[in-house]
Amino acid sequence: MRRNLMVIYVMWLRDMKRFVRAPSRIIGSLVIPFLLLISLGLGFGKTAIPGLSGSTGYLGFLVPGMAAMTILFTGMFSGLSVLWDRQYGFLKEIMVAPVSRVSIVIGRIVSGATTGVIQTYLLIFISILIGFRLPPILPLFVSLIFMILMAFIFTSIGLIFASRMKDEQGFGLIMNFIVFPLLFLSGAFVPLNNFPLWVKIISYANPMTYGVEGLRHSLLGFSMISLPVCLTVMGSIAVLLIIIGAYFFETSEVV
Amino acid sequence: MDAIKVRGLSKKFKDVLAVDHISFDVEKGELFGLLGPNGAGKTTTINMLSTLIRPGSGEAYVMGFDILKQRDHVRKSIGVVFQEPALDGRLTGRENLEFHAMMYSMNKVERMSRIKEVLELVELSDKAGKKVETYSGGMKRRLEMARGLMHRPEILFLDEPTIGLDSQTRRHIWDYIKKLNSDTGITMMLTTHYMEEADFLCSRTLIIDYGKIVALDTPSNLKNILGGDVVDIEITDSCDTFIPELKKIEWIKTIKEHDCRLSLTMNSGEKRIPQLVSLAQRHKINIASINLHKPSLDDVFIHFTGKTIRKQES
Repeated sequence: MRRNLMVIYVMWLRDMKRFVRAPSRIIGSLVIPFLLLISLGLGFGKTAIPGLSGSTGYLGFLVPGMAAMTILFTGMFSGLSVLWDRQYGFLKEIMVAPVSRVSIVIGRIVSGATTGVIQTYLLIFISILIGFRLPPILPLFVSLIFMILMAFIFTSIGLIFASRMKDEQGFGLIMNFIVFPLLFLSGAFVPLNNFPLWVKIISYANPMTYGVEGLRHSLLGFSMISLPVCLTVMGSIAVLLIIIGAYFFETSEVV
Repeated sequence: MDAIKVRGLSKKFKDVLAVDHISFDVEKGELFGLLGPNGAGKTTTINMLSTLIRPGSGEAYVMGFDILKQRDHVRKSIGVVFQEPALDGRLTGRENLEFHAMMYSMNKVERMSRIKEVLELVELSDKAGKKVETYSGGMKRRLEMARGLMHRPEILFLDEPTIGLDSQTRRHIWDYIKKLNSDTGITMMLTTHYMEEADFLCSRTLIIDYGKIVALDTPSNLKNILGGDVVDIEITDSCDTFIPELKKIEWIKTIKEHDCRLSLTMNSGEKRIPQLVSLAQRHKINIASINLHKPSLDDVFIHFTGKTIRKQES
């Protein structure tokens, strides 16, 4: 057990060092969501959008959505680090070590989640600059749980694909193919109730929806789906995906 | 117990049989070489023995542990220096070693002292704080060797340890390898497609081609198979009269003839050349050139496979 924790820690430590040493990556990942907050959030800020409660403007509504989007992107694309490791040979150094494959996967998921959460909090704090009102500490803490769950889920998905793929371009293509439907059909941009029924059905099958709704509830105090439902759905999917991710990693070819 | 025991090991990639039922043993403390052209199955063999890929069939034991059923025990007993550098360029040399030490669950005190030790061993102590992406090819190799030794493995695998290095650095790495082997007594298994590397380093060499074992012996025994030195004589005419005369001499072991170019094998060729020259003069035969050739593993390879390693690569 201690051995496995050490592996998780050292995998995490390495990624954190790499993360801190590449500030351009941190800034780069925040540019798009921040631009969206400015153009959509401020642009539609004064428009009355059906389905929004009175006190929250569109900017407030959009911040949890963009926070979720940041986690979605960082999580999914953390699979790239596996591809880089494969390309630069470091994956062999990891795989030849006498450690359990599950702890390697968990180490990667934890570090992917950490970067995702840090970037998301950065985004939330930056959005204060353009008028977002920060919730009190306790809701902010609840939002952390959702961020972690979301990060676990999307990092796992990214790792599962990365374990079976060899080239970066292919990985990028497939990720985009998955990321955008997850994003646009999640209620990150517009209230779910505004969708026609058939879109709503798809949205309810989308794990991202429960993450966005959970974040929204914790940050704004309201959501279409209740908090316990969001928590249960996200929690079960996260556990399931970690198990699947460990299996895919265990059986993946290193060379 | 042997350090490595391989029995009928095979691996197939799609339609290609990369390793074809090979069997051999490596003794403890040996510096064992796997020699063959690119694509002969050397790296595949190392990857199987180091548990990175699963064998197709056959079995192998590393320090007595089954490479299929006791993978973690195998992993604990080995260190690997891969063909392409497997270092994290964004981390410093020391951080790469720290990562490794923690993966092998070494405690902090042990870690610190061991890192210092191996860095000194490969003479990288003063560069340990620099990011690996700034290292030269030779430094990366040395760091990898240091890392491979960190957890005191009983066997060190070196996959093409000097590929892509200039000749001076190669020489340097050779000295390190030799020194490590003699100082620590660690068993080493290295792959190479450089004949002179196997010749210089290895106590025994296994020659492999198209996944099959072609020969296995000490480099000097392998060269003896060729029957000693080769003297090539080019004569301008009357080969037909010269050859019967040569056949009468008992110290000439074999004679090959091709367009008035004769290829003779014998022991201590340098002492025999004057005798050959005077023999030719007695029979009024003009010699255009004489060339003495001490056998190399290259010749051994040609002897067994009928082609040079170089030819096969291109």
